Amino acid sequence: MVEKAVLTGTYFMNGDEACCEGAIAAGCRFFAGYPITPATEVAERMSDRLPEIGGIFIQMEDELASMAAILGASWGGMKAMTSTSGPGFSLMMENISLGLCTETPCVVCDVQRAGPSTGLPTLVAQGDMMQARWGAHGHYEIIAISPSSPQEMFDFTIWAFNLSEQYRLPVIILADEVVGHMNERVVIPPADKIQVINRKKPAVPPGKYLPYRPDSDGVAPMATLGEGYHMHVTGLTHDQRGYPVMNDVTQEEMISRLVQKVRKNADRIIRYDTFLLDDAEVAVVAYGISVRSAKRAVAEAREKGIRAGLVKLNTIWPFPEKMIRDLARKVRGLIMPEINYGQMVLELERCAGGFCPVVLVPHAGGAIIQPDRILTALQGALKKTT
Amino acid sequence: MTKKKQKVALPHPHDPLLRADRIPHIWCPGCGIGTIFGCVLTAIQKSGLPLDDVAMVSGIGCTGRMAGYLNLDSFHTTHGRAIPFATGLKLARPQSSVIVTSGDGDLFAIGGNHFIHAARRNVDMTIVCVNNFNYGMTGGQVAPSTPFGAKTTTTPIGNFEEPFNFCSLAAACGAVYVARWTTLHIRWITDSLLEAIQKRGFSFLEILAPCPVTFGRRNKLGKAVDLIKFLHERSVVRNQIDPKDAVLDFNKHLVVGKFIDIERPTFLDNYQLINRRELGDWPALERQVPRMEKQAKG
Repeated sequence: MVEKAVLTGTYFMNGDEACCEGAIAAGCRFFAGYPITPATEVAERMSDRLPEIGGIFIQMEDELASMAAILGASWGGMKAMTSTSGPGFSLMMENISLGLCTETPCVVCDVQRAGPSTGLPTLVAQGDMMQARWGAHGHYEIIAISPSSPQEMFDFTIWAFNLSEQYRLPVIILADEVVGHMNERVVIPPADKIQVINRKKPAVPPGKYLPYRPDSDGVAPMATLGEGYHMHVTGLTHDQRGYPVMNDVTQEEMISRLVQKVRKNADRIIRYDTFLLDDAEVAVVAYGISVRSAKRAVAEAREKGIRAGLVKLNTIWPFPEKMIRDLARKVRGLIMPEINYGQMVLELERCAGGFCPVVLVPHAGGAIIQPDRILTALQGALKKTT
Repeated sequence: MTKKKQKVALPHPHDPLLRADRIPHIWCPGCGIGTIFGCVLTAIQKSGLPLDDVAMVSGIGCTGRMAGYLNLDSFHTTHGRAIPFATGLKLARPQSSVIVTSGDGDLFAIGGNHFIHAARRNVDMTIVCVNNFNYGMTGGQVAPSTPFGAKTTTTPIGNFEEPFNFCSLAAACGAVYVARWTTLHIRWITDSLLEAIQKRGFSFLEILAPCPVTFGRRNKLGKAVDLIKFLHERSVVRNQIDPKDAVLDFNKHLVVGKFIDIERPTFLDNYQLINRRELGDWPALERQVPRMEKQAKG
């Protein structure tokens, strides 16, 4: 059974399918979901793949239940995942908050489509960027990553599981309709070449274990059901024992732990790629499918003699603040194409801190951004500053 | 004095299952939840199940706090979502015994959809519903269980909606075990709980509980003891009847009893059946329930 888990080889598959293979390669053995375009293919492939490797697939009655079920499965000792799109992502928010509060590792793949509301179910958008960051109630830090190809849907899903296991929190994959539905070459490496991280287990006997006492890395070891630790897990504000304590001191202690475990490890979490950036005087900062348009625009700009570069954001949250601060001092303008009317650009602008102009190339959704629009913005950014 | 000291030193049989460091609990004087919690602890002890693999999952509300006092793996989740959380927990660890304890509002208003689907799937878990006829934690609002005409803070001149019959709903959705008692039926509750916990499949137990502080007071049902007596005296035991006939009529009688006890393959039984080709060499998915000798009923 186990050899079927990692389907080593070269394939022509879409992003949704690649996401499943990444999840399974990372050790995911539980999937709960609800059909929604354009994420349905993830559930479909999981329903086919999980039983043959000893996993559990369940189609729940809605996304509220799906999110709750993967949290339960994670405490039952399995690596668990769900997938959805905008409307379902909104329904998951309440239990994402529970997952953050109880520090439950799991992965949520949001294959974004155009909204608000039912919007354009079959067409692309990048409108859930801020919802991933702030959609759930309360204050927390989150990890969200953004793939821009089916290959990255595979690679990043493994990465998402590793992050969730390492830092004990729900990790969001902010994919989109085009990345999810696009067919491309996907290379699945041999199992022994795939790095898989598993949650830390308590090293102390029951009775000595404090479920929410963090190690030096800010993350507490996690016991699961049946291991004899008799832990209490609650969405109420809790102390290191996991017991509810209703006061501001415990709230402060808990929130600072939830926040610091991400902030203090930000350098280890954040990843980005650069393209022709070294001598660039103007740079595009892009993520997800918009990276593909941006790459073309930068190449065309170079042909026209414009020293353009590209930053591809792999991690969306935490945002690569330091890198942008440095970059803003070096270039004469930053361009951000995104398939929304301005979400990540707010963060970009904040981090640029006024050192260079920041230009948004917005798109309301329904199609990808054409490279020539980014090219025009690149040309315009240089004109303005000369 | 010496005699008194000796008495204090005696452990209570429930002590090993209680998080004593969390006492005092939050429940009001006269609340029925403590009695039911005691029955749950007795049933867990009597069941002979390996305690490390018994889990309690609860939602939000007064009954939702039960999980916090149980010294086993216990999960206090979100409002209405105890059942789907428990579904994930159970399926990820099939050898575990999962008990969901929650109130009528949590299970049947905000969580109603999850209840009916978990019953349909026959996920192996036991649902203990403490029905106190209102939302106690938030101060006594109308619930899907509130009797017609009853006063709550959101039906100040009387409830104009009709309540659910939870037992009938559970049976219609496919629960394999359905029973209802009041908090004074302590031995029956414990026996039913024991049967329900040992039953493979989705078992459901409803317990009519006094909520003197928010429900009883507004409806002039007297003090806690009066309310407990009222529920008990109005109750009539009708075992094995069709639960749709097991009506709760505060003016006439409250029908209690064990209504359903049937066999049906569980979710995991069927999952294994359908996936047999792939799952051929899987270990037994389901938990091993210790064989219990039938106890003579007195």
